[in-house]
Amino acid sequence: MEAAVKYLLMIHMNPTIFETLSEAERNAVFSAHDAFQKPIRESGELVGFAALADPSNSTTVRVRGGVPAVTDGPYVEAKEFLAGYYAVDCESLERAIELAAQIPDARYTAVEVRPVMHEAGLEL
Amino acid sequence: VSAPARIEDLLRELTPQVLGALVRRYGQFDACEDAVQEALLAAALQWPEQGVPANPRGWLITVASRRLTDQWRGESARRRREATAAALTPTDEAFIPAPGAEQPADQDDTLILLFMCCHPALSPASQIALTLRAVGGLTTPEIARAFLVPEATMAQRISRAKQSIKASGIPFRMPPERERAQRLRVVSHVLYLIFNEGYTATSGPDLHRGELTGEAIRLTRAVHRLLPDDGEVAGLLALMVLTDARRPARTRPDGALIPLAEQDRQRWDQAAIQEGVALITETLAHAPIGPYQIQAAIAAIHDEAARADETDWPQILALYELLERIAPGPMVTLNHAVAVAMVLGPQAGLDLLAPLDADSRLAKNHRLDAVRAHLLEMAGDYAAARASYRTAARRTTSLPEQRYLETRAARLTGTDP
Repeated sequence: MEAAVKYLLMIHMNPTIFETLSEAERNAVFSAHDAFQKPIRESGELVGFAALADPSNSTTVRVRGGVPAVTDGPYVEAKEFLAGYYAVDCESLERAIELAAQIPDARYTAVEVRPVMHEAGLEL
Repeated sequence: VSAPARIEDLLRELTPQVLGALVRRYGQFDACEDAVQEALLAAALQWPEQGVPANPRGWLITVASRRLTDQWRGESARRRREATAAALTPTDEAFIPAPGAEQPADQDDTLILLFMCCHPALSPASQIALTLRAVGGLTTPEIARAFLVPEATMAQRISRAKQSIKASGIPFRMPPERERAQRLRVVSHVLYLIFNEGYTATSGPDLHRGELTGEAIRLTRAVHRLLPDDGEVAGLLALMVLTDARRPARTRPDGALIPLAEQDRQRWDQAAIQEGVALITETLAHAPIGPYQIQAAIAAIHDEAARADETDWPQILALYELLERIAPGPMVTLNHAVAVAMVLGPQAGLDLLAPLDADSRLAKNHRLDAVRAHLLEMAGDYAAARASYRTAARRTTSLPEQRYLETRAARLTGTDP
């Protein structure tokens, strides 16, 4: 009964795995993103996407006692981090999973599929 | 009503008639649809300044036909430049109808368009988008805003849907008699989805989504006018009107949801309730029963109770039992369990919920946990209720529902004996 749901397909990156790939394998991953985007752009399922810089470029902001404390680096140091995302608007979770499996990075690391919260609701 | 609003209403009403007339004459649904959108835009710009023409429908058909033939001329010129076979170039004047011509076909055209836009070859998302544009006369940006997707996304979805219709070669005529009833069910479902999309939207940035409920009601009204003897179309219209009547009372100013039992019933729209009750009463007396009619009857009973504790739960229970028989499903069972709890006590309702844990269609669905939480709260098992509210809050993807469920859980904190 639910209409189309938006999902965020989050591409997790593990640099130690990625470093083991050959240049050709790495380039294949990058170019496969174009091939991935084209059909979902045409079908109207692609809502947005972004590739994120390495977390070493992050700045973390905390406000404590009304005073912002700004530190360089990510909030948590982790072996895996968010490298980019696709926001898609699909008919079902099954379709979102199907799309996630087509993201080239899924072959080496992982893609997390999570529904996007929305402002709609029933009075229950 | 202001003049621009009147013009907007008029344009929406004329959209399917004009599109129908064009497709009937020229074929090529996709090209005609583009031409009609351009004619609507021209009208929206010119009419407020220059006044509404004497025959607005003829005006729109003329302008749209010109756009269409201009486009064909452009294409054929290009083809000539490419030294391919010369294409047919219709002379536009020959196609412009006398004022008021073809009037009798209008009503059929609206239905044919609905049947076409709700073709089973299209996905539900495409059916909805195309119905709103081709039959409802909404612009692509309006539809994109209503569904909270970028305009480019919606434009692609609509253009894909039109291509699918073109590719499938679906002719512009009524489906054969034997397919009509089934297709009408798809049309009803699409209208129901449009209504739901608008109704579940709350406030704030989504305020314009409320227009979708109005649009769904307007289109369902049109179908009901064309097929007054179809009980399920009448039932769907009554269900929408009776549900929409509660809209003024269902959210707080900050957008938080108010459950039915706590709504200020003074704020319900009494005129809408009267209309819906009259429609469903009349329909139940004459038509074969169906799921939309039963749901409308349940909505009517809620709407007719001046206070929540005056609700006729035994009658609602009887209707849910009927609904379970003719249209069973896990969501029906959920609502049935609430009715059982209100009549026979919370434990009887909870017993009915137990088998749903194994139902894969409801696995991880927050509504099961939310209903269980309410029934556990009714039963006085506050610790278990709190846990269920929290589970439901974790599982919902709706922000206002999450806020509501967390509030309910927090209210029960410290209530343990």
